[in-house]
Amino acid sequence: MTKNVTPKQLMSGDDDLPLYAPQKKIYPQRVSGTFRRAKWGLMAFCLGLYYLLPLLRWNRGLGAPDQAVLIDFPNQRFYFFFIELWPQEIYYLTGLLILAAFTLFLMNALGGRIWCGYLCPQTVWTDLLYAVERWTEGDRRARIKADAGPITVNRLARRVLKHAIWITIAWWTGGAWVLYFSDAPSLVKDLATFQAPAIAYIWIGILTASTYLLAGHAREQVCLYMCPWPRIQAALTDEWALNVTYKYDRGEPRCSVKKGLHLRSLGERAGDCIDCNQCVAVCPTSIDIRDGAQLGCIQCGLCIDACDNVMRKIGRPARLIGYDNDINMQRRTAGKTEIYKPIRARTVVYASLITVVCAVMLDALLTRSLLDVNVLHDRNPVAVKLSNGAIRNGYTLRFLNKRGFDRVIAVDVDGPANGQIHIVGVDSVTPDRPMIVLARDATTELRVLVTAPFDEKVEKTQPVKFRITDIGLGEVASATDHFVTP
Amino acid sequence: MSAHNDIDRVSGRLTTGHEWDGIKELNTPLPRWWVLTFYATIIWAFGYWVVYPAWPLVSGYTTGVLHTTNRAAVTANLAQLEALRGEKMKALGTASLADIEKDPALLTLARARGKAVFGDNCAPCHGSGAAGAKGYPNLNDDDWLWGGSLDQIMQTIQFGARSGHAKTHEGQMLAFGKDGVLKPDEIVTVANYVRSLSGLSTRNGFDAAKGEKIFAENCVACHGDGGKGNQVMGAPNLTDKIWLYGSDEATLIETISQGRSGVMPAWEGRLDPATIKAMAVYVHSLGGGK
Repeated sequence: MTKNVTPKQLMSGDDDLPLYAPQKKIYPQRVSGTFRRAKWGLMAFCLGLYYLLPLLRWNRGLGAPDQAVLIDFPNQRFYFFFIELWPQEIYYLTGLLILAAFTLFLMNALGGRIWCGYLCPQTVWTDLLYAVERWTEGDRRARIKADAGPITVNRLARRVLKHAIWITIAWWTGGAWVLYFSDAPSLVKDLATFQAPAIAYIWIGILTASTYLLAGHAREQVCLYMCPWPRIQAALTDEWALNVTYKYDRGEPRCSVKKGLHLRSLGERAGDCIDCNQCVAVCPTSIDIRDGAQLGCIQCGLCIDACDNVMRKIGRPARLIGYDNDINMQRRTAGKTEIYKPIRARTVVYASLITVVCAVMLDALLTRSLLDVNVLHDRNPVAVKLSNGAIRNGYTLRFLNKRGFDRVIAVDVDGPANGQIHIVGVDSVTPDRPMIVLARDATTELRVLVTAPFDEKVEKTQPVKFRITDIGLGEVASATDHFVTP
Repeated sequence: MSAHNDIDRVSGRLTTGHEWDGIKELNTPLPRWWVLTFYATIIWAFGYWVVYPAWPLVSGYTTGVLHTTNRAAVTANLAQLEALRGEKMKALGTASLADIEKDPALLTLARARGKAVFGDNCAPCHGSGAAGAKGYPNLNDDDWLWGGSLDQIMQTIQFGARSGHAKTHEGQMLAFGKDGVLKPDEIVTVANYVRSLSGLSTRNGFDAAKGEKIFAENCVACHGDGGKGNQVMGAPNLTDKIWLYGSDEATLIETISQGRSGVMPAWEGRLDPATIKAMAVYVHSLGGGK
């Protein structure tokens, strides 16, 4: 059993440390202040966005889904407000991922691990479940006391209530997830009447379990052992990045309020830190920020609130712990003024890259074609000799009509001299220029034959271009391939 | 094991008391959940013996109360597949061949179904893209021995050629040399004459008039006046640019001497009617269909 030894005891020994320290239970204390309010606000925003977005409607006209954000796997479409993406436009996802990475880099260069402390889903849901825990089982002291004492009916009831609320939140989290993949109102109805597809229940189950386990039980263990970001983000941080920092130049030497007053009255130097440990008590990963920058610090700023509250009580200036960097620490020690440089090479580069990626994506989005054609030449046989000596090549043409209505297009072929085009299954009134109807928001695949008289003098392989023209709108698209003479 | 309570300092666990060169063995029993799972699998095995086929006997095996067999499972799967395809394939079965070609949805289905079945059944002779080979017609071109309309293609697939089926296409290229009908020099002459019909070069000093005479006496009956061919008898058109066995003189001499009688199997009974229809539409859509 691992509970025999605590990490503290292990560290006192001179043996090698085990790879994983056993989890020690953390009882973060309630705190109020600027950063706590910011966290509540961001939590409300993130969760509100996540839970409510799939319920938002968006009118796309008859026959199209009216959900603002919808990932429609069966029909292979992705809808995001006014944008509708097809599978072949999945590269937008690459753009979004690149954008997300650079945004994270920029956030890091400006304010350190802001992502970890305020926006990371693990942080947001853990914070929410901690709030539930405080509401049901009481604050830090009450929980420590209750855990140390015997199990009572009251205690048991509170625990059951806590887990019930946790599971409800987790279940709602999984439930909101599946709503992004199907029409939300009808899916909610189907789920309630047990008519929904099994996969929906399976995903709700998986996400309920993961939310409950990760945010309810694993908590800071996820940040310390499972998440790669702390390692990456630490590497992205430079000396100018703001980090939650204990200003030891102001805090040391630590001494009691009384002793501090006494020393200062004598004109001697005394640190502002009174060693009250409030910063440790409120920390969700239970670190001591006064030990300096460390892996376990998710930079949520709750220790800043805790310390500010104490400073206010003892009548010392706030922000003994605050967002700061090493450069300012050194400048203060040297008696210089604090400076902060948000505009520097690193941030300019990140911001420019973000702008460029945004511009490229916007351009791709605005200029994307709503009519397209792809061509695939027959492989076997590549060319056919007809009884009169003419040469025929077969192609498979795939037409893409991304508009929400049917339209008529004409197909032209530019290629071998006197080439004739025929589309299998289409008897056109204009034989040289077959017309076909493209169904709305769909692909149409047709077999196309091009026949040309045999001519010894032409190249064995000539380029051939299929040009399609929307008869109504005049939109044009084309695809090129080759016409082969055996 | 002697009683002791030697605790390892790093992990905080009991050791077994065994020590080799200063290395102690931790006492780490199997986790209870693991042991319970193991017992559960043993109990599970008993249930399995009862429910499924399990024990080989001298001349058989225990069938289990469910009487499960792999064959039955496959049959059930196939039935399920048929049920899944049911509606669509039924539509293929009831629509006429011409209607299938006119309906884009049915045409797509017929082409997809036809292509798959073609790969399984026809590709060994006609090639995966139906490009044919020597003696096996190319189905992409417009030269048809037995006719290239939808109905004619379907008939050929259904009953075959020289297949032995009661309704099969019958037709024969006689072995004029082997059977002694024509002498070797006559065969050379008529072979050159046939080449001249499609505008191919002829041997020096070849007697066209003699060739024409031999052709009129022996070949016109099937290949028709001027060698235009006859689809009722499966006699190829000898004036076009397409040659099933090859157009060079040596091949023609061989053809005339030995005769030809390639076989196309009948597919009726081997493939269901809807699939044969799909196949006819697929072959017709390859480009050569009339």
